[in-house]
Amino acid sequence: MASMNMVQAINSALDITMERDQNVLCLGEDVGYFGGVFRCTAGLQEKHGQHRVLDTPIAEAGIVAAAIGMGVNGLRPVAEIQFADYIYPAFDQIVSELARLRYRSSGEFYAPVTIRSPCGGGIRGGQTHSQSPEGIFTHVCGLKVVMPSNPYDAKGLLISAIEDDDPIIYFEPKRCYNGPFDGDPDKAAQSWNGHPKGEVPEVYYTIPIGEAAIVRPGSAVTVLTYGTMVHVAEAAIERSDIDAEQIDLRTLLPLDLEAVAESVQKTRRCVVVHEATRTGGYGAELVADVQEECFWHLEAPIQRVTGWDTPYPHAFEWDYFPGQDRIIAAMRCALEV
Amino acid sequence: MNRYPDDEQLLSIYRTMVTIREFEEAAGRMAEQAQIPGAVHLYAGQEAIAAGICTQLRQSDTITSNHRGHGHCIAKGGDVRLMFAELLGRASGYCRGKGGSMHIADLDIGILGANGIVGGGPPIAIGAAFAAQYNGSGGVSVCFSGDGSTNEGTWHEALNYAALFKLPAVFVVENNHYGEFTSQEGQGAISRLSNRAASYGILGVTVDGQDLLAVYDAAAEAIERARAGEGPTLLECDTYRFYNHTGRSERDPRPEEERAKWRERDPLKLLREKMEERSILSAEAADEITAEIQGQIEAAVAFAKEEPFPDPSELLTDVYS
Ligand SMILES: Cc1ncc(C[n+]2csc(CCOP(=O)(O)OP(=O)(O)O)c2C)c(N)n1
Ligand SMILES: [Mg+2]
Repeated sequence: MASMNMVQAINSALDITMERDQNVLCLGEDVGYFGGVFRCTAGLQEKHGQHRVLDTPIAEAGIVAAAIGMGVNGLRPVAEIQFADYIYPAFDQIVSELARLRYRSSGEFYAPVTIRSPCGGGIRGGQTHSQSPEGIFTHVCGLKVVMPSNPYDAKGLLISAIEDDDPIIYFEPKRCYNGPFDGDPDKAAQSWNGHPKGEVPEVYYTIPIGEAAIVRPGSAVTVLTYGTMVHVAEAAIERSDIDAEQIDLRTLLPLDLEAVAESVQKTRRCVVVHEATRTGGYGAELVADVQEECFWHLEAPIQRVTGWDTPYPHAFEWDYFPGQDRIIAAMRCALEV
Repeated sequence: MNRYPDDEQLLSIYRTMVTIREFEEAAGRMAEQAQIPGAVHLYAGQEAIAAGICTQLRQSDTITSNHRGHGHCIAKGGDVRLMFAELLGRASGYCRGKGGSMHIADLDIGILGANGIVGGGPPIAIGAAFAAQYNGSGGVSVCFSGDGSTNEGTWHEALNYAALFKLPAVFVVENNHYGEFTSQEGQGAISRLSNRAASYGILGVTVDGQDLLAVYDAAAEAIERARAGEGPTLLECDTYRFYNHTGRSERDPRPEEERAKWRERDPLKLLREKMEERSILSAEAADEITAEIQGQIEAAVAFAKEEPFPDPSELLTDVYS
């Protein structure tokens, strides 16, 4: 075991898959020579060569499109979109091409592309460096959507994603690259060093796509989380003295509905937490799924804690960011009835 | 025919350039001390371009800018106090603190906005040019963007569209030879970006972006052509940023030798020398200007720091009409 932060875990996953499979390659803006603006691809070009770790022009549509062509022809490209906020120029290629190849060719061909992209706020990045667009992609049939919350999962899930034959949007909650973030901006930054999930095997291992993890068992209320909000909710639960059961979804699509339903049927109450905006968000899908599966078990309306329905603001970051207080209030609300 | 600014105009342009430089020095220091939320992209080194072009624009002419937008905003008449207030997320900032460094805008003086999305500005610029053409206002739309942005599809769509409709637009490409940490040559097979104009059937020109007089002259012609209904021009300005992509402290992969070479071609220094040669400006007077502007910048920073933050209730306003 080694101590790794999320950046190192991602780097290790890329390195290992590139070593095991000559068809794996990385492409994106500044991923090669510079090693990525967040350093996730540091050293990979040196080690695996310029023909396998490509610095692309600033052209997101081109990056994804090239990955599709590579994928259809037997390669396994990992495309980096430097910030999730820059993924929109590639949207057409993702939605109209990547996601649909298998269906429209009746299963004849497909592109096993992984798109890695840092997402989320809490980094004082304003509206073009903080967004959480996962719900836009879970709405697209044919894509899988993954978001790890810690280094151990990040590595295992990324290896699985690269080996998966379906296109995967792999979002990296960048606020947790260097350490878990519990939502309190005034607290000194935590590091992954010493955190159990910062202990990462240096060797190959996988975590299955579509399997949620129980962060904390409990009986009073189920709290569904993923990404950065895993740590915020964990701290909120700790502070609240509520015996909540917390789930880290890890994969948004396919959703591990079995694990979710089992938990909610036990606790009979549910709170959904995400950083993304509320209306039409992934949380709405979760709420619908939970009520379909657990309606007769539920004791109270399902609560949602989300970002506000606004662009990500520059000046109001901590009013926007769904912090511990809002999570505690939602849990209490779910427990009131 | 060469077009030169008269002495008085030159002095005013020089002051604008010094203002941009001092603004960026201050913003860079503040960013280093984590006083500014988010990244700031400094324009230092490229001042002659914004200043030489915007001085020839009317207030009602519009510009679109990019992530490296402070210089464009100052040159188009932006108030440095309100700019600093915006950087600091204060209520009196240009966007009431909602935008930050990469989204400063002021429609009253034709700033349609800096932009955090590379390639976000060019298509907006053609809409503005179309509006000017449609209204018969004689207005011109200037789009500032970097070498890296010319690799985005939106940039090409904008040029083709502007060419087709003969829009009154000037596409300024500030070729500072890097997009983030990758060199321009590492992002495209041609290095003379004005050559891209040929594929749209428009005029493409390259000038020395460190030489204010060269920029001024080329821009004068492009703006004149736009106003006369002769269509868009692609104006490539060869330049360099003095600091790294987002400021002064991060790892800079550009060779030291190259940086030193360009430092020698400081647009402020070059213009100052020229003005001294022509006795438009004495060394003492130049120093006085710098000191005076430093004072203004300090005062602007002090002003911004004292300004209140917006009320949290504003978080939810202005999403819809
Ligand atoms: C759509 C999009 N992709 C990527 C980025 C990240 N990014 C910000 S600035 C930049 C480089 C832009 O280079 P250039 O246009 O040459 O401008 P310069 O920074 O050199 O002034 C990149 C890649 C972004 N902001 N938007
Ligand atoms: Mg550039």
